[in-house]
Amino acid sequence: MTIIKNTGGFVPRDRNWQPAALTPQYKTSVKRSPQAALLSFPTTLSEETNPVFGHNMLGDLDNDLIHNYAASGESAIGPRIIVHGRVLDEMGRPVPGALLEFWQANAGGRYRHKKESYLAPLDPNFGGCGRTITGEDGSYEFRTIQPGPYPWPNGMNDWRPAHIHFSVFGHGFAQRLITQMYFEGDPHIWLCPIVDTIDDKAAVESLIAPLDMHRTVPMDSRAYKFDIVLRGRRQTFFENRVEGM
Amino acid sequence: MTQKLEYLKESPSQTAGPYVHIGCTPNFTGIEIYGEDLGASMKTGPVKGQEITIKGTVFDGTGTPLRDAMIEIWQPDGEGLFNSANETRGQADPNFTGWGRSPGDMNTGEFTFETVKPGAVPFPDGRMQAPHVTFWVVARGINIGLHTRMYFEDEAEANAADPILTRIEHQNRVPTLLAKKEADGVYRFDIRLQGEGETIFFDI
Repeated sequence: MTIIKNTGGFVPRDRNWQPAALTPQYKTSVKRSPQAALLSFPTTLSEETNPVFGHNMLGDLDNDLIHNYAASGESAIGPRIIVHGRVLDEMGRPVPGALLEFWQANAGGRYRHKKESYLAPLDPNFGGCGRTITGEDGSYEFRTIQPGPYPWPNGMNDWRPAHIHFSVFGHGFAQRLITQMYFEGDPHIWLCPIVDTIDDKAAVESLIAPLDMHRTVPMDSRAYKFDIVLRGRRQTFFENRVEGM
Repeated sequence: MTQKLEYLKESPSQTAGPYVHIGCTPNFTGIEIYGEDLGASMKTGPVKGQEITIKGTVFDGTGTPLRDAMIEIWQPDGEGLFNSANETRGQADPNFTGWGRSPGDMNTGEFTFETVKPGAVPFPDGRMQAPHVTFWVVARGINIGLHTRMYFEDEAEANAADPILTRIEHQNRVPTLLAKKEADGVYRFDIRLQGEGETIFFDI
């Protein structure tokens, strides 16, 4: 028998910290939420491995949303910002080589999508997506314009706070995560039914990026700092004992 | 008072929303910045093992197909090796990525993956698991990505000895994890988010 040694599994998700599946204030969740209990198991190789994404797949403008869809010599309209931070695990270790994909509305709060119906105009020079891969210290950065808030069909008058969506791959499929970054000081954060799917105020605050004057580029771009934490992995010299489960 | 553990908390999940395809499969939405959408093809050359097609649809609690989901799969190659930096047991088939991503069909929502039948992979205690494919589903209305596994109905012997399948309390729900063989090399795996026939989802 093959005994896999010294490869502790991933720490279980804290399901009280994470949003529940059924959150009636966010109406679409009502018919899209499983009702049965989740099946809990320690991670196996299927969750402790992950696809490989190399830096060589990235184009020069993949992390520059101001220019990656713009016509030559033009740029997207809106407040110019740099978003930067680190991807860490729950043990505080940096996660190098993590693929981050991000997408967002334009400065007027409009997405480039055929199902989008908001009357705010499209920006011909803004596509709304980008991607990057973290460096050896888990750090990343990209340049974009600050997205606008926008109304959405849920309650009669619900508005999304300005946000950027993030999709994250770590080192194991167990770490796979999609989340959203919000902006410090946005009053819509505390009114939003999607934000409200998270019960814990500290958990919500962990998705709010502060203005980071140290990283602003004078006369060019402001900066916001957004760290992302993925599930941690146990490290042990003791064998994983799962018999009798 | 005690010392502080000082671990960090995992970033909370937020829904992928209705526009996940802009970020993850932009070419599918007509935004052409990158080359091919990531995960659109799992084979980069001739692959070892049995080539198969996996098809399916994600249904909500009313039986309506989701047409705004994103489905990802992750699996080992035909010999049970992952194309991953964390694979220590050997060298996986270099022409098989093991990872697929589908936005589903624009009109029907049906997803399709052209892949290989996965080899078996051991459980942490060394027992072999039945061949399976990891699925991860996100969409508007799903607050945290749903993780499940697809097993094969034509692997009855391996399924009957599988460490996870045999531990499921409600054995009458196990068929929700079994792909149905539609033709030679074609398997159907429908996912039901809620209600009758609700797929077993994993906290793993």
